[in-house]
Amino acid sequence: MQRVAAIALNTFREAVRDRVLYNLIVFALLLIGTAILFGEISIGIQTLILINLGLAAITFFGLAIAIFIGIGLVYKELDKRTLYALLSKPVRRYEFILGKFGGLALTLLINTAFMTAGFFLALYYVKRSFDAGDPPILVAIYFIFLQLLLATALALLFSCFSSPVLSAAFTLGLFLVGSFAADLKDLADALEAPWLEGVMRAIYYAVPNFSNFNVITAVAHGHSVPATLFWSNTAYAAVYITLVLLASMLIFQNRNLK
Amino acid sequence: MPALEIIELTKDYLRGFWRKRPHRALDRLSLTVEEGEIFGLLGPNGAGKTTTLKILLRLVYPTSGTARLLGKPLEDIDVHQRLGYLPESPYFYDYLTAREFLDYCGQLFGLDTARRRQRVGSLLERVGLTDAADFALRHYSRGMLQRVAIAQALINDPDLVFLDEPMLGLDPVGRREVRDIILELRARGKTVCFSTHILSDVESLCDRLAILNRGRLHGLGTLDQILQLAGRASEVLVAKPSPALADALRTFGNMLRVAGDRLTLTVPDEKIYPVIDLIRQHGGQLLAINPVRTSLEDYFFEAFGTEKVPEVTLKE
Repeated sequence: MQRVAAIALNTFREAVRDRVLYNLIVFALLLIGTAILFGEISIGIQTLILINLGLAAITFFGLAIAIFIGIGLVYKELDKRTLYALLSKPVRRYEFILGKFGGLALTLLINTAFMTAGFFLALYYVKRSFDAGDPPILVAIYFIFLQLLLATALALLFSCFSSPVLSAAFTLGLFLVGSFAADLKDLADALEAPWLEGVMRAIYYAVPNFSNFNVITAVAHGHSVPATLFWSNTAYAAVYITLVLLASMLIFQNRNLK
Repeated sequence: MPALEIIELTKDYLRGFWRKRPHRALDRLSLTVEEGEIFGLLGPNGAGKTTTLKILLRLVYPTSGTARLLGKPLEDIDVHQRLGYLPESPYFYDYLTAREFLDYCGQLFGLDTARRRQRVGSLLERVGLTDAADFALRHYSRGMLQRVAIAQALINDPDLVFLDEPMLGLDPVGRREVRDIILELRARGKTVCFSTHILSDVESLCDRLAILNRGRLHGLGTLDQILQLAGRASEVLVAKPSPALADALRTFGNMLRVAGDRLTLTVPDEKIYPVIDLIRQHGGQLLAINPVRTSLEDYFFEAFGTEKVPEVTLKE
């Protein structure tokens, strides 16, 4: 456990010493600020615009960080051969994978916290107060964080066997397909050919279901998030991330570090 | 108990883009390194030295064969607690300082904060990096990185140390320091196994060595034993040789040199009596017969090709 923590902290340290991270956070905060301006010219729906744009910015920039750093988690260490010194120590390969994931998860947590603070500042600026409709926004941000963890696990998996460009393409592709997972199910229901329906349904179950995590529109309109969705999304993310990490460990365990 | 026991270790890599073909990087390597020895792995480029070390550190998996490190099987990662490894052409996290990096390595060995602080400080001093300890590694020169690499290999005070080309990128002072470190390790009862291209390091440091070429073991033993394998020779000095004698001697030995009225010839020991007979038959004057100690470089030259092994080569 101590080794996993050491690797995680080092991964976190690498991220916070990378200027790209700060650029992305600044861009995200700028976008949230811009949302206030959009709200100003949208009479009566300033808050709606701000919540939609603000949460979309947190998702987009969080995803950018998760993918940008995630795809290099293993590949960069392999490419630069920093892994040789690391794995010659009493470090199990699964500990390395867990540490890398933990480090990026910590980075994303702190980054999301910063953006959330910026977002609530903007919200306070527009509304001049907080009200009972705001807590569901925190749930929406929690769901965004779960999506980022899922994306990180996927990027880490691809990073174990492919180049950064391909890993980014695969992760982004899965994120996009997963964001429309509900439509895949609808499509499967509408298809008449049983085999095609089976294929669609298989894809629906295989791809990570990001669409379930998207409650931005609902909370922007002041709706609350059902407790069942909260727990089911939490459980789904935990199971999916565990499976993806196990696959990463299996692949990485069998790799020759040439 | 041997510190290292390698048994029939073989590694095949698949090469090629469309049609993958196996390439044997290591071929049934067997050898033993005793505790407290300085053992050299010597060989030209592509000999299999780095592959051997990577297999021993579980960075690469063997196709067949096995090894025991400090009495434990290869698969036992716990034994790494007592191992040190300096990778070839090491590259470390350039956003860390040397002090941070060594501290990180100490954490991976489970050393507590006080022990880490003590080890990091003493190792930085030992490799001459105390003044540069708090600069980011991205500002380090090649030689300085090599010094950090040596320090990280010793952070846990290992019993068995693997050094892959430890002198690479070091200036003469650095090379001397690394030699001293290796000798100190032996003096403290540690076992050091290092690969190198630099023949003089092997000659000056190793208790025993293994010579590899194209994945195969070509020689194993002390330097004297290895050079005996290469054969012994004598230098024969003849005064006023006739042209007929000079021509006849050419068929016997290498390195025929004529200076003034003297001829020098290096002759393998088994041909020394026929050469003496020849000189007598042609009325030549035999001045001296001196034994020649074959150098490791000569051994390499004869064993592995027409070009001498370079002193330093960057890539294996």
